[in-house]
Amino acid sequence: MARLRLDSAARLVVLVDKDGQQIAVHGELGELDTTSLASLVAGNVAATGGMAKLIGEREFPTLSHEGERESIHISVIGRVLLVVVFDDRSSLGLVKLRSKQISHELAAAFVEIERESELSNGAEALPFDEITDEEIDSLFSQA
Amino acid sequence: MTFINYASREINCKIVYYGPGLCGKTTNLQYIYDSTAAPAKGKLISLATESDRTLFFDFMPLELGTVRGFKTRFHLYTVPGQVFYEASRKLILKGVDGVVFVADSQEERMDANIESLYNLEENLRSYGYDLLKIPYVLQLNKRDLPNVMPTNDLTVELQRKGEPVIEAIASSGQGVFDTLKAVAKQVLTELRKS
Repeated sequence: MARLRLDSAARLVVLVDKDGQQIAVHGELGELDTTSLASLVAGNVAATGGMAKLIGEREFPTLSHEGERESIHISVIGRVLLVVVFDDRSSLGLVKLRSKQISHELAAAFVEIERESELSNGAEALPFDEITDEEIDSLFSQA
Repeated sequence: MTFINYASREINCKIVYYGPGLCGKTTNLQYIYDSTAAPAKGKLISLATESDRTLFFDFMPLELGTVRGFKTRFHLYTVPGQVFYEASRKLILKGVDGVVFVADSQEERMDANIESLYNLEENLRSYGYDLLKIPYVLQLNKRDLPNVMPTNDLTVELQRKGEPVIEAIASSGQGVFDTLKAVAKQVLTELRKS
């Protein structure tokens, strides 16, 4: 992600799960609410994916939104969305090119991670096996 | 599917408020947003029409606290209730961990409740979920209105599996947090089971 940000002169690179959960973020965060960004990106990809199906496409693998100063480029890599936020220090062409180049590497890395996680399945026990009702109740008193 | 990020020690769960048009789904979220202290909540995002009807979804992240060293965050979504937004409504259910069905208690909205509940079951099924198996709460909203049906009648018609039934007046907050707590508890209990 750091390499993509550098190579594309982008402001920010975010990885988002298709369900709207933020996986990782790298770059100039500033005041940006990345949780909301992740949710809206996933909603956006889901909506355009629905449109794609209506016209007989499987999905739209990339989406771009250009603003006056800030722009967003989204690449769909399997279950994961690669989001690049950039401004006039970069250009859509450069971001598209660099995103495409790194998408292959990321796709291979995700396959590897999935394989490893299947192999280690059960090795790392979840810490919630013995969670008590009191602990669940206490969450609400903390909020 | 509950998203557990071991790197950042976070559990993220997705709760969807479902129900017919104008039943009070957004009002539930608005009340939670208004009554939660700033550090625990993110922005409330509303993708609404000019007449304030939900167009795509409302979204709000809510941080509850820490359990077993993991920050617990709930992502609350509403769906658009109006019938013709079916395509976008279905999209929101993807990856859901728990559902709140907000029923409108008014007599004349009974058919809309039943239709929406049927639609929920159908849409869940299309993603491979079974309403009978996922964390689920039935909220009977608008109990303050004059033409509401008795709670028992609504429960007989709408309860699917012995899920918690909570009476609510979302506009004043009554029952709103009880509903959220009931569904969140089931979601976290599911984690224990898994």
